[in-house]
Order: sequence, then structure tokens, then C-alpha cells
Amino acid sequence: MLSIKDLHASVSGKEILKGLSLEVKPGEVHAIMGPNGSGKSTLGHVLSGRDNYEATSGSVEFLGKDLLAMEDIEERAREGLFLAFQYPVEIPGVSNMEFLKASVDAVREHRGEEPMDSIQFMKLAREKCKAVNLDDKFLKRGVNEGFSGGEKKRNELMQMMLLEPKLAILDETDSGLDIDALQVVAEGVNAMRNKERSFVLVTHYQRLLDYIQPDVVHVLADGRIVKTGDKNLALELEEKGYGWIEQEVA
Amino acid sequence: MAETQIDERLKSDYEAGFVTDIESETLPPGLNQEVIEFISNKKNEPDWLLEWRLRAYEQWREMQEPQWAHVHYPKVDFDALSYYSAPKGVGEGPKSLDEVDPELLRTYEKLGIPLHEQEVLAGVAVDAVFDSVSVTTTFREKLHEAGVIFCPISEAVHEYPELIKTYLGSVVPQRDNFYAALNSAVFSDGSFVYIPKGVRCPMELSTYFRINEAKTGQFERTLIIADEGSYVSYLEGCTAPMRDENQLHAAVVELVALKDAEIKYSTVQNWYPGDSEGKGGIYNFVTKRGVCHDNAKISWTQVETGSAVTWKYPSVVLRGDNSTGEFYSVALTNNYQQADTGTKMIHMGKNTSSTIVSKGISAGKSQNAYRGLVRMGPNAENARNYTQCDSMLIGDACGAHTFPYIESKNPSAVVEHEASTSKVSEDQLYLCRQRGLDPEKAVSLIVNGFCKEVFRELPMEFAVEAGKLLEVSLEGSVG
Repeated sequence: MLSIKDLHASVSGKEILKGLSLEVKPGEVHAIMGPNGSGKSTLGHVLSGRDNYEATSGSVEFLGKDLLAMEDIEERAREGLFLAFQYPVEIPGVSNMEFLKASVDAVREHRGEEPMDSIQFMKLAREKCKAVNLDDKFLKRGVNEGFSGGEKKRNELMQMMLLEPKLAILDETDSGLDIDALQVVAEGVNAMRNKERSFVLVTHYQRLLDYIQPDVVHVLADGRIVKTGDKNLALELEEKGYGWIEQEVA
Repeated sequence: MAETQIDERLKSDYEAGFVTDIESETLPPGLNQEVIEFISNKKNEPDWLLEWRLRAYEQWREMQEPQWAHVHYPKVDFDALSYYSAPKGVGEGPKSLDEVDPELLRTYEKLGIPLHEQEVLAGVAVDAVFDSVSVTTTFREKLHEAGVIFCPISEAVHEYPELIKTYLGSVVPQRDNFYAALNSAVFSDGSFVYIPKGVRCPMELSTYFRINEAKTGQFERTLIIADEGSYVSYLEGCTAPMRDENQLHAAVVELVALKDAEIKYSTVQNWYPGDSEGKGGIYNFVTKRGVCHDNAKISWTQVETGSAVTWKYPSVVLRGDNSTGEFYSVALTNNYQQADTGTKMIHMGKNTSSTIVSKGISAGKSQNAYRGLVRMGPNAENARNYTQCDSMLIGDACGAHTFPYIESKNPSAVVEHEASTSKVSEDQLYLCRQRGLDPEKAVSLIVNGFCKEVFRELPMEFAVEAGKLLEVSLEGSVG
């Protein structure tokens, strides 16, 4: 699915990732934890191809293709890479429905499929709203316009469900969520888990992992994966903090 | 009736109703009294109208071109223009779409315009466009039943002289401004509409149904009169970029809404904006104004994406008590386009109210200015105005400007003004692209969202096309 080898990357010229390697197999859920400023969010943006996030060396293979050779953000997205944002931005006046339909159709076009019939799409979108516990009146509202923090995150999840990506990276989707919303998000992710689809969960806290059982847990510090383990590693981190790992590495 | 006979019928109706019979002729450049006499004579006009034109000409000669607008362009040489040119007949112009600029055709395709309409828009000399002609015929019959008059203004001069005498120049006087005076002297043709008392016009009137209108463009003159208690919705322009060799357009539009009447006037203006280097393009210097009598309402909605330079302030004089004026505007400029546009709301009557919603979008190296005047006269007891003026910038080489003028001579009047400036943010683009949209689609989606409040004032079909038009106009605005 995703194979990152010795990835170095800079943000506006400053090196943030310093030789990161990661192997995610189809169907796996990986959690990436780590202290502030370790490069967790940067990883997501480098993979999605954001402007000013530049991979300087190393390689990334996504579904057998050279991801870094795909220049455009939208091309990577259409290939099945989804990034759920930590702070989803508002787009005033553009209805969620219009936005989602355009996105789904762009992805379908890339796969050589016809645009989805509007009525069929409406039905599908309503279904997904229900799945993330959002009232379907949200479909008519502007993208994230006036949404609460929790609603924005659930909206991200709904987009993921509609776009059915191959690999979803969730960038601190759990931050700012109350326990009920956290459960909704976790249920959504769990419902989407299957043999082909992989997830990378970027998170500060072990809490999310109570609801989504990861296959692998990594600790990211100073731009590198410094420790890898199973879900018990997350529990250990919760108990002891990150200090001991940093010492161990040093 | 046999099919050929029907065709003949339609064809003859078309000739009679819509194409003024003019020999193919173009006057040499320059403007003087003889030129005006020639134009008037060509149209077989009554003496009073010729005198009216000549008075306008005398006044124009003493006037100066306005300099206050936030636009810069080389001075127009009025002696280098030709003021009369007969429409091109069959045999001139491109013979088929193969001879038309492929860039233009590509745009038509994107807008989803049917082939035969493409031919008309591109100025291909077709004998008759049967689909359109039949539509036109049924359309005329229906209007006739309702008593609505909708015809070229040159025809109305002969058929309805009293109406023309009473109302021509009653809203925009000959010497109102430099371009209006010029138009009054040399106007070519345009539309005339009269809606009788208490009649709700059974359909939206559109210049689309008057195909030859496209070729009379340069000094167009439109007059719409809605008699007491009537209603009309008028659509001007069509949503495909028009090919036009004329550099200067100086049109005048006058609206008269008598007691309890309502006029809704929607425009999509997309004259040639010049190329991406800023070469060529139309100068669009238009005077549009309406007068509202008691309880009347005039609503202007405009979507401006074309022209190299736009100078345009559709206004409402709220003369009657309880009358309402509205102005909804989207003005988009890209590349080297310049627009100075807005409105004037002149409150004279009691309890008058006006709403202004202006959305300016600047991209490329363009300059986009909103200029608006709200005047509360001494008798405008309890008058209200609400103005919302939003600008959006795409890229960092363009400019957005706002010049609101407020004059209040009545202490009970209330004027509200809100303004905002925003940028299409990198974060918004990133979100859209991460969801699979290409940058151009993303920008057009964001801009469309920004314009939503104005688009919902447009008739449904127009709104959809206006959205597509924005997309085309924004091409190349993101790197």
C-alpha cells in the first residue's frame, strides 16, 4: 500500500522529516504518535503534496506507483489518498452537497466512470450523514461554514466515506472532540476498515486507540520513527509520556 | 399547410418583424450634423426625433469625457469612429463555423451552446435559423395576446410615437453625461417594451429572441415602460462571449416603473475582454437608470465578466413614496481588465428602501472598483438603505477598491454599509484539491459560492449559465 523509505522533507526550506521510513500493508491501521513538533502533521502534508512541503530525498511508493513523481495534489487524491484535516477550512457559500458532488465526480472521472446521477448521489450523501450522526441539513450549508469543531471533523469523515479512498490519513481528527463525537468518528473508521483499505492515524493521545484498534503503533520524534510496537506501546506512552523514548534513542 | 409553406411563412415573418431593411453601407469615420441627419434619414425618423438627436449632439460637443473613474485607457478618438454601419448581410462575415476563431468555439462548447446558436453568436451568415424563428413567432403571438409591446425601438418610433415622445430621455436626459449625450445623438437601435396596466408579462423578455440585436450593439438604446400595477422581467445579453469589432460601446437603458409596477432587469455582460496581454477588448460605457413611482420596484441584477474597461452604474431614482430599488452585482475582472461599477440609489419619496449587494472579484493584473452613491433627499422620511460590498482577490497582482458615497439630508433616514475583502486562501484551495478537484474548478467553486447571494436573484437558467461563465472567465487565473 504505502512504502516510505528514508524520507527527508522540508517545509519552506526547513528540514522537518529526517529519514522517515514506514511500511503500511493493505488493510492495516497504523497509529503515529509523538510529541509536538516531531513532524506528525508534516508527514500527512508531504504525502498529499501540499505546496511548500518538499520531499528532498528518499522514496514513497503508493499502490506500486511513485507518489513523489505525482506533482499535483489532486492527482494523488484521485489515486485514492485522503487526508482528513486537523483544522478543516470554511468555504462560504459553496454548499456541502455541491462540493461533495464535484469531488466524487472528479474521482470517478479519473477512474473512467461517468458522473454520479444527482438523485442517487443525494441518497448516498444522506446515508453517510446519518452514519456520522450529522443532520442532512448540513448538506445544504456552506462547506464547514459556521460548523462547530466536532461538526467539522464529522464532515471530514463523511467526505472520506463518500470518496472511499485506498489510504486515509487522519491528522489529529480526535483533537477537540468530546467523547460522543470521538465514538462516532471511531465507528465510522471501523465501518470502513476492510482488507484493502489502510489507515494512518496521527494522534497525540491514546484515547482514540481505545475505540480504533491499531495494528501497529509508531513513535515519531525529531523527524524519524524511533519506536514501533503494537497497541500496548500506546498504553505505555500514555503512562510514561514521551521523555523515556527520547532518552532511549539518545 | 405544407411544410415548405410554413417555412416560407416563418421566413417572411422574420424579415418583417426583426430585420430592419437597410442597404449594406458604412459611413466614413467622424461625427458631424450631416452624419446625424444621415442616420435619422436612414431610419425614416420624424422631424422631432432628428431635432432631439441634434440637440444632444450640440450638448455633447460642449461636454468632457469623465475622468473620475478608477480606469486608465488611451483616449478614444471620436473622429476615428464610424457612426453608421449597416448590419452585415449574407455573404459577408464567416461562411461557416470552420472560419471562426477556434478559441471562441472552444468557449461555446464549454458553455454547452447548441450548434445553430453558436453560428448566430459568432456572426456566421445563415439565411434563417429555423428553430429560433419558430420560437420567436410563437413567442410574439403570446405577447400580443397579453397586449405587451416588445419591438425594436426604431419600429416603436413609428408605431407608438406618443409613448416614445413622452418617455425617451425622461430618465436619462440627453445631457446627463458625456456618453449618454453621444448615445442620444447617434443611437442605432435597441429594444422597446411596454407592459399595459395590470398586466403581468407572461414570460421573461430576452434580447435573445431578437437575434439581430447583437449587431446593433455599439450605441444601443433601450426603453422599458411598466404601466401601473404591471410586472416584467427582462434579460439582457446572452451568456456566450460576443464577437464584436466595435471598440466603444455606449448604451443607454431607461426604465420607467409607474405606480405599483415592478421591473426586474438582469444582465450578463461578456463582451470581448481583450487577450491575456491586455490587447484589444471592448470599452463598455453604459448609462442605466430607472425611475420608480409610488409603490413601484426596480431591481437590477448584473453579472459583468467581459469588456476591457467597464464604466457602469445601474441606478434607481426612488421618486414615489414606498418605492423600492435593488442592485445585485457580480463584477469579475481577470488579466488586464478594469471595472468601475456600482449604483446610485436616489431616495426622494417617503418610506423608500434600497438594497445594494455588490461582489467584486479580481484576478490576474486586473483592477476592480465598486462606486456607489446613496442619497437621502430632504423628503425621504424613514427611507432605508442597506449596502453590502464584498471584494475577493485571486493572486496578488490585482486590485480591489471601494468608493461608497453617502449623502443624507433627512435625519429619519437610515443608511447601513458593510464591506469586506477576502482572498481565495491557500487553505481553501488545498482542501478542494485534496478532495480531487483541479485548481481551476476549485477557484470557480469558491468564487461561485462568494457570488451566491447575487446569483439567486437571477432567473434560474441564467444563474446556471452565469456560473459556467465565471468558470470560463477565470481560466488561467491560478498558476
